[in-house]
Amino acid sequence: MSGEKTVIKKLPEYIDKISEEALSMIDRLTAETGLPIYMDPKTGAPMWLDVRELRLRYTLPVKSIVEFFEALRNGVMKTTKCKECGTIYFPPQIDCPKCRVRNMEWIEVEKEGELVTWTVINTKPLTFSYHNDYVVGIVRMPQGFNILAWVRTTDPRKLAPGAKMRLKIGRREDENYISYWFEPVE
Amino acid sequence: MRKVAIVGVGIAKYGYRSDATLAEIAFEAIKEALDDAKIDARDIDSFVVGNTGVWSSEPLPAVLIGEYAGLVPKNGIRVEAACATGLAATRTAYTMIASGEADIVLVIGVEKMSESTTPQVVELIGRAGNYFWEFENFGMTFPGYYAMYATSYIKRFGVKEEDLCEIAVKNHYYGSMNPKAHFQNRITVEQCMSSRYIAWPLKLFDSSPITDGAAALILASEDKAKEITDSSVWIRGWGYANGTSNLSKRSDYIGLEATRVAAQMLYKKAGVDPSNPAKYFDVANLHDAFTIAELMALSDLGFVKKGEEHLIVREKQTYIGGILPVNLDGGLKAKGHPIGATGVGMLVDLTKQLQQRAEKGRQAPIKRGWALAHNVGGTGHYVFTTILSVDKP
Ligand SMILES: [Zn+2]
Repeated sequence: MSGEKTVIKKLPEYIDKISEEALSMIDRLTAETGLPIYMDPKTGAPMWLDVRELRLRYTLPVKSIVEFFEALRNGVMKTTKCKECGTIYFPPQIDCPKCRVRNMEWIEVEKEGELVTWTVINTKPLTFSYHNDYVVGIVRMPQGFNILAWVRTTDPRKLAPGAKMRLKIGRREDENYISYWFEPVE
Repeated sequence: MRKVAIVGVGIAKYGYRSDATLAEIAFEAIKEALDDAKIDARDIDSFVVGNTGVWSSEPLPAVLIGEYAGLVPKNGIRVEAACATGLAATRTAYTMIASGEADIVLVIGVEKMSESTTPQVVELIGRAGNYFWEFENFGMTFPGYYAMYATSYIKRFGVKEEDLCEIAVKNHYYGSMNPKAHFQNRITVEQCMSSRYIAWPLKLFDSSPITDGAAALILASEDKAKEITDSSVWIRGWGYANGTSNLSKRSDYIGLEATRVAAQMLYKKAGVDPSNPAKYFDVANLHDAFTIAELMALSDLGFVKKGEEHLIVREKQTYIGGILPVNLDGGLKAKGHPIGATGVGMLVDLTKQLQQRAEKGRQAPIKRGWALAHNVGGTGHYVFTTILSVDKP
């Protein structure tokens, strides 16, 4: 795997690039007028451009479900099942609110399900804006739960409710970390 | 529990408000509400601010507004329930009065979304589902979540994209008569159909805009309401519920269970026959963040059978003169959806409707004197509903 193409490198570069023009304009304006105030292009109203930027990157604990990620690394998906009452949880969680005990086993998720519904994300969030339009589907698994994930298909118009979907696990294109998606069963 | 009345309403101009700060927009609405009730800031016991924030710079909006509106040292708090923040804040204020803890409470819903860029707002609203399992890896968006429901409707019930556009056309039609609405242009089905997809099958014209706005209500106990006005509008009760964080955990994609549960609770409290609720209301505001949301609400609230909503839309039964006039202020679609202000703005308009103060052309005939408000947070993550009436409960 190339070390270049990861989301960690790509994203800040991408975001900096799209804001570069506006920021350098404000820089020029501040140098000339002494203030980061510009005229709103739509309304002509004077606007103060925030000189502080808030960059947030959260750190999320995964200790309780680390087995989920270890399984993905081995090419399988696992989730939790309560040993007391048999409830299967997806996304996996280690507490069963029904039994109020923490007594889970990890079970393997089956490889095929049926498409319930889907959409194509055309207008993307900032942190996904370098992606092409992507299809997100909700797939019903035979073990009785749904999984939401991308559906990799060449032609979203061919999708239909009930279509057979195969669960795939691997590294994400251009982002490099291991994840999961669905592909139509041909 | 004590009875609670709305004794004053105010609303700021919704839209792209590059001319005003969050506090200034909030005060536009507060001033109008105080003038409407003919009371002073000194008469307020407490205030509740509905604001979702994140896209705007001020992290403590209740404190900011308290200072700007001259309310210090009166206590005010912020309430948040995503897009249902407005009704959630109103319910908090209602409870303060009903319990006897306060006599007059000011509710302010305010949002200043344009402080962030559109891609950032798309990002922040997209995160408002389940962050890790649905956003982090799959980049869901707010229209994307609702589009999952629209796909189901289209595939299962034969709803057409044109049917959804009809809802946008209606809401723009009424919005064009509301001087406070974000959009005041009328649109055609053809214009809507030719707008670009934002989350297939939903198009730009199926979507409410990113809006700045504020709305305010003055709530009072029965005794205080009598002193203030002889045209009180009463809050008859509440229904509320939550849905799952993960959309994947919903039982179906042909409606919002939280709306169905909230409606049951509300109808029971207010004595509404759930088999024919339409006959109780002269007008309703249903949460139309997207056209599909208004469509689903029609059946989730019991006005029509599931899967037949588009038929009454085609018959224009949700216009004035139909079985239930819906969103006569333009709805979220045309009036705008300033997240925290939305629910408060619904009640401002329904109060004016019941007092027959709405502009010509969008005033419903008031016969029974009851109105329904339905405010959804996220994609059925929160739902709040309430009934307003001219007669005292
Ligand atoms: Zn259990």
